[in-house]
Amino acid sequence: MKGRSAIAVEDPMVVLARHEALLARPISRRIGDIGLPVAIVGLSIFSVWWLDISFAQIGPGLSQLAKFIGLMIPPSTGGHLQLFLKAMGETLAIAFLGTLSAAVVAVPLALLAAENTSPHGVIRSFVRRVLDVIRGIDTLIWALVFVGVVGLGPFAGVMAIAVSDTGGLGKLFSEAIEATRARERETIVASGGTSWMGIRFGLLPQVLPIIAGQILYFFESNTRSATIIGIVGAGGIGLQLSEQIRTYDFDQVALIVLLILIAVAAIDWISGKLRFAIIGRRPIAT
Amino acid sequence: MATGLPVLPEQRLAELMAGYGRDVARRRRNSLIGFVVVVALIWLAGRFGEVELGKLLHHLSGLTSYFGRIMPRLRPDHLTDDIADWYWNFFGWLKLLFDTILIAYLATLGGTIGAGLLACLAADNLAPSRTLRWLVKRWFEFCRTVPDLVFALLFVSAFGLGPLAGVLAIGIHTFGTLGKMYTEAFESIDMNPVEGVRSAGARFADTVRFAALPQVLPNLASYTLLRFEINVRASSIVGFVGAGGIGQELFVAIRKFYYTDVSAILLLIIIAVSITDVLTERVRHHLSPVEKVG
Repeated sequence: MKGRSAIAVEDPMVVLARHEALLARPISRRIGDIGLPVAIVGLSIFSVWWLDISFAQIGPGLSQLAKFIGLMIPPSTGGHLQLFLKAMGETLAIAFLGTLSAAVVAVPLALLAAENTSPHGVIRSFVRRVLDVIRGIDTLIWALVFVGVVGLGPFAGVMAIAVSDTGGLGKLFSEAIEATRARERETIVASGGTSWMGIRFGLLPQVLPIIAGQILYFFESNTRSATIIGIVGAGGIGLQLSEQIRTYDFDQVALIVLLILIAVAAIDWISGKLRFAIIGRRPIAT
Repeated sequence: MATGLPVLPEQRLAELMAGYGRDVARRRRNSLIGFVVVVALIWLAGRFGEVELGKLLHHLSGLTSYFGRIMPRLRPDHLTDDIADWYWNFFGWLKLLFDTILIAYLATLGGTIGAGLLACLAADNLAPSRTLRWLVKRWFEFCRTVPDLVFALLFVSAFGLGPLAGVLAIGIHTFGTLGKMYTEAFESIDMNPVEGVRSAGARFADTVRFAALPQVLPNLASYTLLRFEINVRASSIVGFVGAGGIGQELFVAIRKFYYTDVSAILLLIIIAVSITDVLTERVRHHLSPVEKVG
């Protein structure tokens, strides 16, 4: 019968010396180990200097911020509850209409931009570039532009979201279309259908659930964007929010932020349920 | 031997056709209900959103002429002069653009440090305390749901105009989103190394450092770089409320109808964003070559 043998205790340095070859790291990695943190810290010091951020600003700012937070409690409607609720409804309306119009415009554009449905390579790359440019410009910039074009109000917000989402949805839709199987369409065309019938009965049923999921996802994210475009005057709760911040009515600011949080959570929940019902738990390509 | 389609008896055929008819009718009814609901919502939203199609048609010409007007006048025979005229403030804008990117950098760095420190407290498999975990998760949620522009407005009031407000606002938003992503990364690690390190007597900090972090580091770096791309876009916007960067200049140009300046600045922003996208994408592919193809 064997007894339990104790593990021999060795000097750690001796063990380290024995396995030196395994522990040694190539010189390039060792430079990286030191160089990367140094570069990160150096760049941040440079940024602070370049942006002229003074640490003297931070102390008074923080005490000011603490004062604001103190004023936020308890949140109060300030007698404007009706107004805030109407603005929140406006925000949801902007997000809904914006997303819907973007989706309606994006479908034909996506058909033109997808490799397997585009009538011509030139048209395809032209539509793609246009979508890229639209997507490269932020919703808030579009909002500002549309305020200049159609005037202040929620309509400018609807247009801004519609245009900027056309870029994003168009790209996602065209990718969904490119990922479809060609067999269904070929079958329909081979049995005498026109190429339009091929798209309607062979392609659309494949992409419709994916497209619906993406539209819902964009609706969720637009509810968030629609809360801020009011800051530049494009309607919705953002206008109230920036007004109350500018007039230092922080109890009302807190109420509006709470309203936004509740509305966003509610929309997330509803659209999550709908999305689950339509496509199951499949991740949306981002 | 000739084969033909089997002909079903009359009665069976009628039964099947009736079933088919019922199915089609049900689907049509469902589509109709969906359609009616959407139309009702459109009507309701149209009332709230003050959408007037007449107004749209009326302004459509305004929209096209707007884009016509922001286009610079470039004539082939004076091309260099025209471009110099269009970009009259090129170096001023370039400096602001550089500011914008540095704001994004500082915000990303701050958010990353905060999120990295707290995410291991929020991860289900590592968290030392339930209450702490719940609190940290709610905190992340709050920070990412409140739009960064709202934080920017608040901070401009508290800290004054300038890039500090922008850095803090974007940093807090980054903290919220990265916190969530980091937490999820930590939750999906292989637990065997964690058990190994724990059974050798490691405390919480050692467990995170030696068992969890090495598994997720490439992922975390990749998320951070992705966030940096998004933050460059965000920091070009926060200037709208006076929180530094090129946004201020763009805001003024759009508001005061300096048409060609609008296109000049927009083009600069688009170029800067595309360059950062390409660079970070290259680094991200280098970090995790197997992850996410396409």
